[in-house]
Amino acid sequence: MTARIGVVTFPGSLDDRDTQRAIRLAGAEPVALWHKDKHLHQVDAVVLCGGFSYGDYLRAGAIARFSPVMEPLIEQAKAGLPVLGICNGFQILTEAHLLPGAMLGNDHLHFICRDQKLRVENADTAWTTDYSAGQEIHIPLKNMDGRYVADERTLDELEAEGRVAFRYVDVNPNGSLRDIAGITNAAGNVVGLMPHPEHAVEPLIGSGRTDGLPFFTSILKKLVNA
Amino acid sequence: MSRTPLDTVEHAAETPDVELPWAELGLKKDEYERVVEILGRRPTGAELAMYSVMWSEHCSYKSSKVHLRQFGEKAPQSDALLVGIGENAGVVDVGQGYAVTFKVESHNHPSYVEPYQGAATGVGGIVRDIIAMGARPVAVVDPLRFGAADHPDTKRVLPGVVAGIGGYGNCLGLPNIGGEVVFDACYQGNPLVNAGAIGVMRHEDIHLAKASGAGNKVILYGARTGGDGIGGASILASETFDDAKPSKRPAVQVGDPFQEKLLIECTLEAFKEKLVVGIQDLGAAGLSCATSELASNGSGGMRVTLDDVPLRDSTLSPEEILMSESQERMCAVVEPGKVDRFLEICDKWDVIATVIGEVTDGDRLEIFWHGGKIVDVDPRTVAHDGPVYERPYARPDWQDALQADDANKLPRPQSGQELKDQVLRLVSSPNQASKKWITSQYDHFVQGNTVLAQPEDSGMIRIDEETGLGVAIATDGNGRYAKLDPYAGAQLALSEAYRNVATTGAKPLAVSDCLNFGSPEDPAVMWQFAEAIRGLADACQQLGTPVTGGNVSLYNQTGEAAIHPTPVVAVLGVIDDVARRTPVAFQEEGQLIYLLGDTREEFGGSAWSQVVHDHLGGLPPKVDLERERLLAEILISASRDGMIDSAHDLSDGGLIQAVVESALLGGKGARLIVPDGLDAFTLLFSESAGRAVVAVPRSEELRFNDMCGARGLPVTRIGVVDGDTVELQGEFELSLEELRRAHEDTIPALLA
Repeated sequence: MTARIGVVTFPGSLDDRDTQRAIRLAGAEPVALWHKDKHLHQVDAVVLCGGFSYGDYLRAGAIARFSPVMEPLIEQAKAGLPVLGICNGFQILTEAHLLPGAMLGNDHLHFICRDQKLRVENADTAWTTDYSAGQEIHIPLKNMDGRYVADERTLDELEAEGRVAFRYVDVNPNGSLRDIAGITNAAGNVVGLMPHPEHAVEPLIGSGRTDGLPFFTSILKKLVNA
Repeated sequence: MSRTPLDTVEHAAETPDVELPWAELGLKKDEYERVVEILGRRPTGAELAMYSVMWSEHCSYKSSKVHLRQFGEKAPQSDALLVGIGENAGVVDVGQGYAVTFKVESHNHPSYVEPYQGAATGVGGIVRDIIAMGARPVAVVDPLRFGAADHPDTKRVLPGVVAGIGGYGNCLGLPNIGGEVVFDACYQGNPLVNAGAIGVMRHEDIHLAKASGAGNKVILYGARTGGDGIGGASILASETFDDAKPSKRPAVQVGDPFQEKLLIECTLEAFKEKLVVGIQDLGAAGLSCATSELASNGSGGMRVTLDDVPLRDSTLSPEEILMSESQERMCAVVEPGKVDRFLEICDKWDVIATVIGEVTDGDRLEIFWHGGKIVDVDPRTVAHDGPVYERPYARPDWQDALQADDANKLPRPQSGQELKDQVLRLVSSPNQASKKWITSQYDHFVQGNTVLAQPEDSGMIRIDEETGLGVAIATDGNGRYAKLDPYAGAQLALSEAYRNVATTGAKPLAVSDCLNFGSPEDPAVMWQFAEAIRGLADACQQLGTPVTGGNVSLYNQTGEAAIHPTPVVAVLGVIDDVARRTPVAFQEEGQLIYLLGDTREEFGGSAWSQVVHDHLGGLPPKVDLERERLLAEILISASRDGMIDSAHDLSDGGLIQAVVESALLGGKGARLIVPDGLDAFTLLFSESAGRAVVAVPRSEELRFNDMCGARGLPVTRIGVVDGDTVELQGEFELSLEELRRAHEDTIPALLA
């Protein structure tokens, strides 16, 4: 028995097929979800992948957040459905208020694509149990609007509750406050991050590392053992 | 608009003396007279619009056609070629039932006028060519050339071009895996923005641009048609820039990558369900091109109702609609019974699609507007029977003096310290410096199949996850070599791209080219052009790599000053298993560094002569195509059999440039010695062609040497991968840290 993990395709989604591949390599079954779907086809978890949904000509994720598929997703995420938002997916999760804060343009004003070093700060979320806290990993980063911001109180709260899931190490590539690369909700089922774990799942391809695979094995174990 | 009578075919016949603005539309007097002769009457305004854009230099290749024929006449026998020159892009068989289509095009003039949109729409255009063949685009590459790196205008043009390429390509989800960035004062007013793309499909999915089957519907889909880019091909790309003329900004198109992404997905879905009989993208010359080419390549004629074209601006005249180069549009020919399903797919992707006409059993292209017939032409006369010029050409009178100004006589470094200084100057010069600041603005991870990307010798993409089958692409060109000798320069561009593909372990299969030159009306430029084509066609024949298509960009000159002749050559290769690919970076300390090929005193056009002496003269390196072929075979065998762990081609900057790059990428130094028969200077800076440097594990040394010896390739051991410095024994030592700063700080300091 395996787990069925949905990957939503919005118009302008780019990493949907890559994310499906990563799910498959981890041993789970990827399920394609369409932005106009009004229900989630009974998947056990959902990944919102990277891209430029609806062109992101307004604010990244601002329109996708109102897609039909987001209605059941928001409702079920609040009830505990595991959801991972990668890059544009993270932006959509903040626009949908499933995660606090917002993403602004990179401080250097350029698109940046690099193999980024991260520290896993929280290895207890639904998506990070196959890491250990404090572990340093390399995950590709590629975005235009990756600067995480939130008000001081929210940042303090995130820190106090251990909800900063990933932090940039060595280089802060976009000016994110407190080097935050990814966060989780209080329940640990909703996680968002800017770097792309689905691009670090095979030796030889992309960064040539497999540091991103544990995202997908973590959730699979959790779902299968549930 | 309604007050003036509609210029119908009938009206044109009745009013033969009406003066038409043929000169303003870029036609020459004799060309206009030819149109009148073909039609047997004066053209309507709409017909004139079509002929003027389709007979422009950009669309008709009227100055280059007589020379380009050589690519067909000298084409080598190749089992790999599935679709050759003349379609939207060539198609090559790469085995296991896969076909790969690839092409390079220019968007030079628009990118100077409006760097961001010019470059962005360049990517958009080449990607639509790939989709139009039936393929899913899998990667893009961008060979770029700019004016002097420290010129203030370069800081306007380059960041805009790079952001445009990134902004468009990143948003389409296409990894950018290769290309070049070259600076030279000759490109100051004429930057070269070439864009290449690769697509993959199954053999049975190849589609062609033709409209067959009377009754089949012509569907225009994608973006609405607007007033942008009117006359882009005829005015921008086919004339020399002149300060006295008005700004050309309105002739540059504006891109919407999101719309193009939807266009890709919706087109591929329609292909998958076999709904498409023929397809053509709308690029230069817009609807004029798409309708006349589809009709003339098919069996019948075509009837189009222009009123049905969805518009962004309702005040556009029919002439403007026909000439508009609005981006993100395509035209498909679909059987009547499949139209509903086709429209459904477009609707799913929120893409506007409209039936604008149908294929007829006649042989005329007829276009209607407000009930009147405004075009009635034989489509072949528009698409294929444009003027052909035998432009006069002559070897320029300065060529002899240029070649006599021998770079080998330039003062050379006299001490280890001088060598060291010049190595640092070389690797930190804008052309030789790391381009990471630029390439990090491109996504090279998306699609999850990128095996190698810049700064590797070629970009490599996996196309089958099960078998590991992959393709590699490299683009190269050296305007300095071509200026010294255009025949040899074109062959050296091909040699380098061919070598770069082989260095990564892939077998070179086919060629696409983008030929960037000055004004064809200048006999000296025309000679450079003719020589370059002759050189390239001869070399392709000898190496067995057919030219599958490409692009010519002329009029790259401002006033009297033409750019260096710059043929850019793309070579596509195939590799059975991407796990066998060879990277540039040194992998392990202790491995032995070997130099393959012959090193001669060849400094004409070299990076050293430019950086140290600001000199361009003499002859470019000698071309030896048989040696290139042998070197490629050795590199491919060594990669397949695991005899080498890293390899780097030697080109501009010579051996030291290559070793420094391999060392910095691997984070491992090198200890080098000067082999017998060579001096330190020649070893480091010579740019002899047909060479590569490889790192061989000690366990493979014997086997590797035996293989090279048996096949007759000169091979010289020149050092070992070791430590954290690059050292030339007895001469100098440079720490990786110092080299890294020199190599990586230049571009951000100039442009960030």
